[in-house]
Amino acid sequence: MKRRASLYLMLVLPMLYFIVFAYLPMGGIVVAFKDYNIFGGIWDSPWVGLKHFKEAFAAKEFQTAIKNTIILNLGELFINFPFPIVLAIFLNEMTHERMKKTTQTILYLPHFLSMVVVAGIVYQVFGSSGIVNNVLGAFDIGPVNFVGDPKKWRAIYWGTGIWMGAGYGMIVYLAAMAGINVELYDAAYIDGAGRWKRIWHVTLPQIRPTIVTMTIMNVGKILSIGFERPYLMGNVLVQDVSSVISTYVYSVGLQAGRYDFATAIGLFQSVVALIMVLAANWTARKLGEEGIM
Amino acid sequence: MNSVYDKKWSIYQVVMIIVCCLAIVITLIPILNIVATSFSGKNAIAKGIVGIFPVEFTTEAYEMVFKNSGIVRSLFYSIFLTVGYALLATFMTILAAYPLSKTDLKGRHVFQTIITVTMYVSAGTVPAYLLIKNLGLMNTVWALVIPGMISPFNLIILRTFFAGINKALYEAAYMDGCGEWGCLFRITIPLSLPSIFTIMLFYAISRWNGVTDVLYYVNKPDLYTLQYQLKLMLDSLTIPYKPEEMATMQITPENVKSSTIVFAMVPMLLIYPFVQKYFTKGVTIGGVKE
Repeated sequence: MKRRASLYLMLVLPMLYFIVFAYLPMGGIVVAFKDYNIFGGIWDSPWVGLKHFKEAFAAKEFQTAIKNTIILNLGELFINFPFPIVLAIFLNEMTHERMKKTTQTILYLPHFLSMVVVAGIVYQVFGSSGIVNNVLGAFDIGPVNFVGDPKKWRAIYWGTGIWMGAGYGMIVYLAAMAGINVELYDAAYIDGAGRWKRIWHVTLPQIRPTIVTMTIMNVGKILSIGFERPYLMGNVLVQDVSSVISTYVYSVGLQAGRYDFATAIGLFQSVVALIMVLAANWTARKLGEEGIM
Repeated sequence: MNSVYDKKWSIYQVVMIIVCCLAIVITLIPILNIVATSFSGKNAIAKGIVGIFPVEFTTEAYEMVFKNSGIVRSLFYSIFLTVGYALLATFMTILAAYPLSKTDLKGRHVFQTIITVTMYVSAGTVPAYLLIKNLGLMNTVWALVIPGMISPFNLIILRTFFAGINKALYEAAYMDGCGEWGCLFRITIPLSLPSIFTIMLFYAISRWNGVTDVLYYVNKPDLYTLQYQLKLMLDSLTIPYKPEEMATMQITPENVKSSTIVFAMVPMLLIYPFVQKYFTKGVTIGGVKE
């Protein structure tokens, strides 16, 4: 009995943490339905119903933010998706162990650099006197304004995603490939399957669950976007394409101090995002794949 | 695995090696270019002839960085903050993971649900901000430590690992009169050191790299982390160095920016080769579901 008691004692601080820092703020969501003022605080400010939601949907900046969030995420989904898979397949086929290890180690590295460092590197490399424009200059092209032109900025955003994320995704797929039963390859080999046939008929079908699950989950997260990447990579010239929901919430909420309005936007996003993740999870299960929940 | 069937060098192997080399080159060139620029003279940078090797080698940009006491100070502060946070967060995660790894613990599913829900549902930026504000944590170092105390993801990794430890060890310890705290410190922790080290690294990396909470909750230069200092410096085109000072020297905004980026990047590059196998391991265990 005393043993059990000490187990519960261990859980006290962690559970307190989750209640205070994850659940207590959920009470603060009521601010979305109130006119927040400093004197009233969260509880005594007057109720205003759906006023902030109506205002949000009428606001052009909010529509832009939603549109940009979806465009940036869709691009990420379609353009960036094949890179980790192709890299993993190549590495999985590699006989040269040293080369395999080195490639893994180097490609995984950018994942661990801070977004500030990465954004800094991007601005230097693609800047007017950066290496990319220097190379283009040698062919009498440019200088091209990569980071200040909205259309090109999106490409840079996605490219940065590949540079930072392909190595990480590759490791996930390699882990899935490591679990493939060798007998499947033996059987395919005996049946006369060459290398490409084995990739096509063994490796790819075997990692299909991982691919499907990762893709569906990314579809589910279409309206959720991290804050640091669009915020740190954006600049005044590309605001029209770089302003997303998370950066919009920051600028109207924390910078302009409109807590009620920004909470309403955040709430809208969380609810839609949750519904989409649940739907994605449901779809994954319907397709006979493992969901995440 | 697959490759054992084709022992001889084939066209495939050549294609693969070319693809790998290409990927490595694309990954490394931006980093090498920044390092090269940081060591290059201003005429070379202006002429646009800096590739991956420094041209007109100079270390003046670094002398500037090291003279900037704010940046050097924030390096030590960030190391201290990162280590402190990682130790504390890891300890808290162990405290939660150990009881939850016991399958016969009553109420285990309730606790687990409470924790898992937070992975998918969150109150949002503003309510979290108001909480920090109401708790009086604004502009204190605790605002950068406490809100991220336990990551449910890391908790699941650790719990899964703890649950795999042979139960017979615990039975023997209970027989010898060892309590749960004793078991935790004498059996579980010593047997799980690699996993514990992995999640400690995850915590350390997230603290070292993250700037969002610094931006949201802290408005005092003393509490700015190195990454945040770098952000501020990159934001201001007029670098915090006197222009007249710059005119007489071999430096330009480009190489000062580059050297600051390198300065902020080096600690990670130094530890990366030694710890990367733990990262790979973390991804692999993270993929294992219960």
